[in-house]
Amino acid sequence: MTQSAEHVLDHFELFRGPEYQQMLANKKKMFENPRDPAEVERIREWAKTPEYREKNFAREALTVNPAKACQPLGAVFVAVGFEKTLPFVHGSQGCVAYYRSHLSRHFKEPSSCVSSSMTEDAAVFGGLNNMIDGLANAYNMYKPKMIAVSTTCMAEVIGDDLNAFIKTSKEKGSVPAEYDVPFAHTPAFVGSHVTGYDNAMKGILEHFWDGKAGTAPKLERVPNEKINFIGGFDGYTVGNIREVKHIFEEMGIEYTILGDNSNVFDTPTDGEFRMYDGGTTLEEAANAVHAKATISMQHYCTEKTLPLIKNHGQEVVSFHHPVGVTGTDAFVMALSRITGKEIPESIALERGRLVDAIADSSAHIHGKKFAIYGDPDLCLGLAAFLLELGAEPTHVLATNGNKDWAEKVQAVFDSSPFGKNCHVYPGKDLWHMRSLLFTEPVDFLIGNTYGKYLERDTGTPLIRIGFPIFDRHHKHRYPVWGYQGGLNVLVTILDKIFDEIDRNTNVPAKSDYSFDIIR
Amino acid sequence: MSVIEKQSVAEIKARNKELIAEVLKVYPEKTAKRRAKHLNVHENGKSDCGVKSNIKSIPGVMTIRGCAYAGSKGVVWGPIKDMIHISHGPVGCGQYSWAARRNYYIGTTGIDTFVTMQFTSDFQEKDIVFGGDKKLAKIMDEIQELFPLNNGITVQSECPIGLIGDDIEAVSKVKSKEYDGKTIVPVRCEGFRGVSQSLGHHIANDAIRDWVFDKLPADAAPRFEPSDYDVAIIGDYNIGGDAWSSRILLEEMGLRVIAQWSGDGSLAELEATPKAKLNVLHCYRSMNYISRHMEEKYNIPWCEYNFFGPSKIAESLRKIASYFDDKIKEGAERVIAKYQPLMDAVIAKYRPRLEGKTVMLFVGGLRPRHVIGAYEDLGMEVVGTGYEFGHNDDYQRTAQHYVKDGTLIYDDVTGYEFEKFVEKVQPDLVGSGIKEKYVFQKMGVPFRQMHSWDYSGPYHGYDGFAIFARDMDMAINSPVWKMAKAPWKQAPKPLLQAAE
Repeated sequence: MTQSAEHVLDHFELFRGPEYQQMLANKKKMFENPRDPAEVERIREWAKTPEYREKNFAREALTVNPAKACQPLGAVFVAVGFEKTLPFVHGSQGCVAYYRSHLSRHFKEPSSCVSSSMTEDAAVFGGLNNMIDGLANAYNMYKPKMIAVSTTCMAEVIGDDLNAFIKTSKEKGSVPAEYDVPFAHTPAFVGSHVTGYDNAMKGILEHFWDGKAGTAPKLERVPNEKINFIGGFDGYTVGNIREVKHIFEEMGIEYTILGDNSNVFDTPTDGEFRMYDGGTTLEEAANAVHAKATISMQHYCTEKTLPLIKNHGQEVVSFHHPVGVTGTDAFVMALSRITGKEIPESIALERGRLVDAIADSSAHIHGKKFAIYGDPDLCLGLAAFLLELGAEPTHVLATNGNKDWAEKVQAVFDSSPFGKNCHVYPGKDLWHMRSLLFTEPVDFLIGNTYGKYLERDTGTPLIRIGFPIFDRHHKHRYPVWGYQGGLNVLVTILDKIFDEIDRNTNVPAKSDYSFDIIR
Repeated sequence: MSVIEKQSVAEIKARNKELIAEVLKVYPEKTAKRRAKHLNVHENGKSDCGVKSNIKSIPGVMTIRGCAYAGSKGVVWGPIKDMIHISHGPVGCGQYSWAARRNYYIGTTGIDTFVTMQFTSDFQEKDIVFGGDKKLAKIMDEIQELFPLNNGITVQSECPIGLIGDDIEAVSKVKSKEYDGKTIVPVRCEGFRGVSQSLGHHIANDAIRDWVFDKLPADAAPRFEPSDYDVAIIGDYNIGGDAWSSRILLEEMGLRVIAQWSGDGSLAELEATPKAKLNVLHCYRSMNYISRHMEEKYNIPWCEYNFFGPSKIAESLRKIASYFDDKIKEGAERVIAKYQPLMDAVIAKYRPRLEGKTVMLFVGGLRPRHVIGAYEDLGMEVVGTGYEFGHNDDYQRTAQHYVKDGTLIYDDVTGYEFEKFVEKVQPDLVGSGIKEKYVFQKMGVPFRQMHSWDYSGPYHGYDGFAIFARDMDMAINSPVWKMAKAPWKQAPKPLLQAAE
């Protein structure tokens, strides 16, 4: 018996003791009908080969370990970025349990959202009654200022009409007639969570700007000097939005963050649970129509939203999740151009500090090969940053990336000599990435928490950047945008590089001559 | 924080009744009427807890429940390690449940073992319009080619499958035949079926009956020599290694565990279970169905047990032993005696730090009742509990064997109710899930996730109890809770901003 009260052993150590090891070996041998270990080894090796890769890439139907989620997750993410707004997902209730868990596991924060809890009878008769009761209950219980409705695939398959349902619910008195209930259809079988972000953001702006589903006059745009900012689906929203605000403020620009969930995903522990916190006010959301321009930090999160805004007469500018010097340069110069405000010395200083840091450290990154996966815009931003560090983004993969995205990634490769041997993989998954890492190894992998399985199997060290990050804490509190965010990304990459150098040079009397104290 | 210990049972009952009346005020009349049936104060001597259960959640109230797919893929089937479980439908369900439940296993992932992988048909619009059967067939071919050491496939249906009229049974049959009788199991666990995870458990159990047991050749030779002491562990999902720290005790008392359902389980173990002499059932809620079936069809008795905390473990070991001869009965006594010094030491260390502390629970499966004994072994008191997806037989077991007079009972609790109850009762600890964790921690209330063991565990068995005690102590006695209030501010009460 290895357990003791003095030194309590949990799963990390307990099962490594001889009693458990013997027990598990017996279980396998006697009862599991295990495969011949030699055969397991043979297949394990075979799965590393170019031959396996070819079969793997020939897959047409099966998806294994994808790097994307479904639309309503993005819709929920948008909704909580508005003042006292409760996300309401029309359809099966299990989905909502999943979104809430997923967001809570990443942010280590509460995630409030309700469902219309549709079951078999609603599948037959439609979910109108669920909508009527659900809106009334949510409105009375949680006193939201706005309820933002989206859909699960169940409601989409049976064809529930949100516009009509919400109208009827208001007629039945579920919520007051003038109460704000923007909506977006978010079928899970189209696009991914970034599509859901887009649809939900568009739905909310349409609601406020275009007459609240026929219940109010459309807003007349009276142009002002303000700038709207849309972050897109972003695991770093807490740090990033604060960094963006800092840049706007340094430049003296009046701005509106549309979908500002930086506070609701970062509430204090002080004895009070804040179900709602911060967020774009409904007044700001409406008045955003008057802005001079709207900037989207993630183009693929706003493919439908931006044309809507443009049609209201604003200039729209989109980026691909800019990371690093050149990307941030383009961002602040665009701000300057649109507003006519000069870029202040304080921002130039921040830029200089990032360039300084890169100059100090680039020798350790230069020429290193990286594989990147993640959402389409994040991949573009990171690939461009690696190129400006003199590194090679050898494999760039987005499960929710399309042909258009692949062309843009290729253009980024083509812009640098370091992009020469780099390849882009739209629509592929992490099982494809596994083959890539075996057949064309790289020095480092950049991705979300699920990349740890690739790190285990292929030995490629994982640098955790992306969404979700479940197994490291608090990364979302630090920005990856702006010059200061670029510094965070640089340090994250460097920390792993140095840890690896040390790990590979620490055998006494063998390799530890390189176990340098100064690097 | 405990205010409760100073009150008499009558006062507590009055307070709890008042509290229920108060939370019901927030609801529209129709909803209040429906919710009232799910909330109660336990009265000693009653056969159940006096609440309605296993009925539909009310739209818009923020239920904590999941769906049938979660019950089948997430709970019952997902842990079977040598089979590939296809999340059939759009990408989300498989993505959100990917490796989230900590079903520990031994195996080479991606080669002969597949638990922490996400296989999905990633439905697109055209699959909804034209149906997904052809795609499903092709997926099975691709699985056979790329994962040749898989021992079987299950199809875990997501919502659209049942709505668009796909025939996954036909595809499964055809492909099973094509692959020499390979075990391929279609599971109709679409998320809209039933009212919670619970129906998914039932559907998954039935699928094992129909597509594993009923396909077994009657004359198949057993893979091992049967013994008089063969038992199967049913309803342990090996979260953080729970089934392992349970199995070791059964083996030490002289029994032979021939199967684990389903944590660290394999298809061969499922197939061997009809040869067991006794099925020992931990999570009654999710696997009573298959236990009853095996009793009827194969005459295998089943016995519920509880491996949380030394009191219940000893009781359970003796109960299990009572189905066997003196050798096993002596074995049970030997095991209990062997671990007694460890248990004494754990209790001596932790009980003084936890004595009199109060706990409120809201969990799924067996835990709203099963863990009460473990808390009591540490001198703690459970003052409120409820089931996410329990049925009346759960509440009967709770009332008759576990809860004290005056305990607050809440079935399918809503976010609003749970926050209000905790705010007023002010327990020293809340045990619930990830969606609840941060809500209560913000309020300054210590919390442990009682689904995932908050990334710790195992909690089952004697080894697990030491970890359980350590974790409850570290949650309640963490210095962080003293810092929640800024020293220059007056002590704020936990508030529910949303509800004011």
